[in-house]
Parts: sequence; structure tokens; C-alpha cells
Amino acid sequence: MAFREEVRAWLEENCPPSMRTPMPEEEQVWGGRRAEWRNPDSKIWMERAAAKGFTAPLWPQNYGGAGLTKEEAKILAQEMARIRARPPLLSFGIWMLGPVLLEFGNEAQKKEHLPKIAKGEIRWCQGYSEPGAGSDLAGLQTKAEDKGDHYLVNGQKIWTSYADKADWIFCLVRTDKSKKHDGISFLLIDMDDKGVETKPIRLISGASPFCETFFANVRVPKENLVHDLHKGWTVAKRLLQYERNAISDFRGDIITSGGGAMEDVAKDYCGEEKGAVADGAMRDAVSAHKMESHAFGLTLRRVQEEAKAGGPTAATSILKYFGAEHNKRRFELLLEMMGMEALGWEGQSFSDSQLATARNWLRSKGNSIEGGTSEIQLNVIAKRVLGLPD
Amino acid sequence: MAFLLSEEHGLLRETAAQFFQDHMPVSHLRALRDAGEGEAFDGNLWKKMAELGFAGMMIPEDYGGTGFGALGMGLVFEEAGRRLSPSPLFATSCVSAEAVNHAGSEAQKKAHLPKIAAGERIFAPAFDEGARHAPYAVSCEARRGRGGFTLRGRKRFAPDGGAADWLIVSARTSGEKDDKRGITLFLFPSDARGVERVSLSMADSRGMADIQLEDVALGEDSVLGELDRGGEILSRVLDVSRIALASEMLGAARELFERILAHMKERRQFDQPIGSFQALKHRAAEMFCQIELGHSVVWDGLSALEEGRDDVAQMASLAKARMSEALRHITNEAVQLHGGMGMTDELDMGLFMKRARVQAQLYGDGRFHRARYARLGGF
Repeated sequence: MAFREEVRAWLEENCPPSMRTPMPEEEQVWGGRRAEWRNPDSKIWMERAAAKGFTAPLWPQNYGGAGLTKEEAKILAQEMARIRARPPLLSFGIWMLGPVLLEFGNEAQKKEHLPKIAKGEIRWCQGYSEPGAGSDLAGLQTKAEDKGDHYLVNGQKIWTSYADKADWIFCLVRTDKSKKHDGISFLLIDMDDKGVETKPIRLISGASPFCETFFANVRVPKENLVHDLHKGWTVAKRLLQYERNAISDFRGDIITSGGGAMEDVAKDYCGEEKGAVADGAMRDAVSAHKMESHAFGLTLRRVQEEAKAGGPTAATSILKYFGAEHNKRRFELLLEMMGMEALGWEGQSFSDSQLATARNWLRSKGNSIEGGTSEIQLNVIAKRVLGLPD
Repeated sequence: MAFLLSEEHGLLRETAAQFFQDHMPVSHLRALRDAGEGEAFDGNLWKKMAELGFAGMMIPEDYGGTGFGALGMGLVFEEAGRRLSPSPLFATSCVSAEAVNHAGSEAQKKAHLPKIAAGERIFAPAFDEGARHAPYAVSCEARRGRGGFTLRGRKRFAPDGGAADWLIVSARTSGEKDDKRGITLFLFPSDARGVERVSLSMADSRGMADIQLEDVALGEDSVLGELDRGGEILSRVLDVSRIALASEMLGAARELFERILAHMKERRQFDQPIGSFQALKHRAAEMFCQIELGHSVVWDGLSALEEGRDDVAQMASLAKARMSEALRHITNEAVQLHGGMGMTDELDMGLFMKRARVQAQLYGDGRFHRARYARLGGF
């Protein structure tokens, strides 16, 4: 109780009023050396939260976190939600790299990198996929050769999210060609180093959130190797778990907050009759979709509850797959309801939300590819959970 | 939200699982079916279920029940669903017990609830009049006369209608067909003068009957709940029953899925287990998703009942719709994945499939509940 009041009072005093409004995409805070501040309050809010450790509530205090218990972190999240506070810092460092550094990193690595992540000083990106290694990630070929005091890195990564805006990259590299999984290592690379280059990729939505990243004779100090040599696959798999959790958590948020709008869109675009969507078939489709959201939301809650009690969490395995497919269905349904008006590309003839629907519809197609394709997710369920043979 | 089982509930589940496995496995339903004419359930086993407290699980202890609560009820239905166990558990101890307990007068509760809990009186709820569920489309008419009512009309597809000692019938006392207002529930013995029952032989081999009412004369004391307000009682009673059916369907889905997985691991073609084929693995993983989502909605539906939440109606529709659709899919897959053998009567797949379609139609299928969910959500 005391903690809740303390947090409430702190938020009241420190969260600027403009940070308690819905966050437009261009005001998202990702930190880093090249951070841009469209709204100066964002910077104040991030710095205040970081000083308190609230950007990484569960991390120990000596690494820039707040050292909260899970229970306290939940209270913090509830109190922030209560005043509709924006997240002070969005970060792959916090969601993905930090947790594995805490588990596999050495003391020097934790001291060097974690505080900078929590303070938003360094922005990280992920170097996993390669042109020839997608679903079969362990087929990666970017190589790191042992040159005595450093590794020499050569190769190419692809789908590196926001690499053009990031400062450092965590990479999977091949350190032994004679083995597949056991020849991979996990390396941290400063993107300011000589020989690192990035090139944005234009997507079907018109946006370029992903890049190609090239490494040409990049010298990486040996102290940047995380965990043992050739043991990078262990780290990589754990990081993917954190990534999938972050994605499905994020999606849960979207569904709970945005789910209410579907029926309004249906009424607006397909007509309303005595308070009901006039088109019976459309009404049935919207209802089916909302019920699916509802069921998925309840499953998220169940998984959290079961995990907290240390019980079985087999349902976790379905979240990434089902969430991705559900979100794609959502946008297809929006397109059906909105007709041609969801297919405008740009210009004054369309509203912002109509234009956003078109772009987000196209963006959603990536949901079932990124972070493990739907097909791979189903393979994982079949093998790990259902015990079906190879 | 009660997604985690207490020790007490864990024990109840074990007891139920053991009982249905020992006494009413699928072969029990098969034997009743093959015996042809006769009861659709075994009266002696029903007595045993009463001894275990299952018959009175929805009835407060004051009236001789065991008051397991909603979650306890759900667990028992889930286990019964796994074995396709036929008994008056649904029609008598869920639908009718809830109707009497929820709307009955003190005298009615005293007269009926202890009998239900003891397994001594079988009830049939007779709400529908057509082939598709429509609880307020009531044409059956109850005209007021001296000292009571005269019922006239035809009720259809009443579960356990043939075996029932007593009936609960919805009839119109005012308003037009389809009005929720103006419906009244009546509680009376099935051998009352003017009642004619026609037992129906259904695909799932469970008991069901059409009930013809020809000027059935009833006293004032046969009204259950308030006059003209039967529609509201029905909503409540049907929602409890829908969540119970969804629990039963969840049990059937789990059982079938386990059998499918076992078959996929054992059956070999092209020198390998068929479960190693990716096309089949993905179908299995899809079914797993359906079951996990079903688990979430059924248990939250039971929690909504247990906690007396105000979203019971939404949850009932969500659970009933989802399980109806999921079980349709899984029963179809069960036959297909068992190949030619899945088509034979020797395997149980067909029994699950037939039961699943009756369960889906009973008190509203997916389509019905999607429309209702939309109405409840204001669209």
C-alpha cells in the first residue's frame, strides 16, 4: 500500500501533463546518441524516469534499474496506466538484450551496458537474420575470426530493425564453420566502428523500419563476446523468448485498447439500424472478431496468472502465433468494412485514420514473419508441447 | 478470475474423472444405444452420482445439495464430457435445479430441490419450439381461467423429456411471439392430463422428446417465478446452462485431441509415424490453440458465475460460441485424421461428432451467440 502511494505521488510530481496523452508515433522515445525530441517533455519524462530506475523497473539498482519486485513493478504499471502515462522509453535494449546480459553477461559487460540502456543513452538493434538464414536462423554465415586481441567480422545481416538509428548491435556470428548450432557466438558491436554500414529497406507499406547491415573487416574487441565462445545459440534462443513475450504483450495492449473500435467502424461504413450494424453478414464477422479478441485477451491473462503461480504455461506457446494471425485478420476485416476508403495511399482526399489503416494493414503482414514465422511457431508447438516426432 | 484450481477443486476433479472413467466410459453410452428402446441413461448410476453429490451440485446445502459452486460444476461437466457420459446431470441438476433455485418459491424449493439432490426426481426443461434455439419465440399459450391456467401448444426437443417426472415449460401469458416480456414458466408433473410426449431418437443417442400440451389445466402454484417475467428467468438459467455445456464440450475436445495425438504418434505410413508430417503437425497445433482459447473462455465464464459478475451473459455467449465452433472443427479433424477407421462405428470418433452437433444446437450455436454477443455489446 505504501509503495502504491509513493509511486502515485512521484508520478503526480514528475510525469509532465503532455506525457499523459495518447502518443503519436513520431513522439515515441527510443533514446540513443541520435535521439530526436519532437516534444521536449518526452526528454524530461525519460530522464526523470531513468533517474528513478523506472525505465527498467525489474533490473537491480546498480545496473540502472529500480530493483523492484514483480509485485511492485505491477503496481507501477497499474499506476502509470491509471494516469495514462506514456512509456518513458521504448527499447530493444530493455526488452531483449538487457535480460540476457543479466543472465549470461559478465560483470564488466553488465556495468558497461545496462545503465546506458536504462538511461536511454545507447540505442540497440538486433543482428540475427541474414539473406540466407531466415527461419533456419542457425544457418547464418557472418563470420568472426579470432585475430588474437580481437575478432574480425565480415558478412551481412538483414531485417535489422531501425539499424539506421541504432548505436550498437547485438549479433549472432559464426565462429566455427564445422558445426551448425555449436559454432555460433553472441557478439556486441559498436556501429560507429569502421566497416559497419546500414541501408534501409523500403517495405510494401512504404515505411522503412528495417535495414540491411553490412560488416567489412570490422575489428571487435574480445571483451564484447557474451557468454562462452560457440555458445551463442543458447543466448540467442533465450533472447527470442524475451522478444516473443514482448511482441505478444505489446499485441495484448493493442487488442485491449483498440478492440472497441471495430463495431464503430462497422456502423460508420456499413450503416446502422436501431443501434446495430445494418449489414448482417458484417455484423456477424465483427462479432466473431471481437469474441476472438476477448478469448485471446483472457488467454494472455491466464498465462500471466499461471506463470506467476509457477504452474504449467503450455498456452504461452500459442500467443505469438495466434496474436499475429489475429492481428492480420483484424486488418483484413477493417479493409472489408471500409472498402475503397481503406485503400487510399496519400493525399487530402483521405482522413489520417484511413491512410493509417492502409499502411498498418500492409505492415501487419509482417506479424507472422518477424520473430519466428507462423509456420515455425506451429512446428515449435507440435514438437515441444505436443511431443510429435521429427 | 479463477484460472488456478484450489486443492479442493483438484480433488473434486479427480473424483469426477475416476467415476466417469470407471462407471460411464464411452462404451457405456454405446451399450445403451445398442440396447435400443429404453432409457437413455442408467438410473442406478444416477443414484451413485447423487451419492457423490453431483446431482445436487447447483443446490444450496439448506435444500439438501452440495453447493459445489460454478467452478465445481464446470469440472464435473468437463469430466462427463470426456466420456460422453449420459445422465440427467444437465437437464435435471443444472438447468432445472438452477431454474427452481433461482426463481422458485420457498415451497417449490422445499418440494423439489432435495428430491433432485437425492437423484429421486428427473426434470425436463421444455423451452424451445423450433428446430433452432429461440428462447423468446414462444407460441405455446397459457390462458388464465378460474383458479389457474390452461396450457396449449407444442414444445420441441426437450432434453430428457421422455424420462422426466416433472416438466418446466415456458408459455406465453401476454405479449406477442418473440417478446421477451409475457413469458411465464410453469412447473408440473409430466403425467398431468393433456400432456403427450413423443420420444425422439437422436443421432447422439441421448434422451430428447417433443411435448404436446392439449389444454393442460394447472393451478396457480405451478407458476415458477413471477408471471410474465419468465423471459428474465430464462436468460439467467440458459446462461448457466450454456456455460455448463461449454465445459462439457471442452472435456470432449480435450479427450478427442489426446486420442488424435496418440494416433498420430502410433500410426505409421511410408515407414514413419504420420505425426512426423508437417501438414498434420500444423493441424494438430491449430487444434491445440483452439483448446487453449476454449480453456480460457470456459473457465472465465465459470468465474463470472462464481463471482456474480455482470458480464455473465457475454461470457456465456463467448464460451458457447467458441466451444461449439472449436468442437465442430476438432470432431471433423478426429474423423479425418483417423482415416477410414475414423468412419467406422467401431471407433468412438463418430459418437463424439454426433454429440458435438447436438451440444452445439442446444441453447444456441455459434451464429446465435455471435448475434447475441453483438446485441449485448451494443452493435
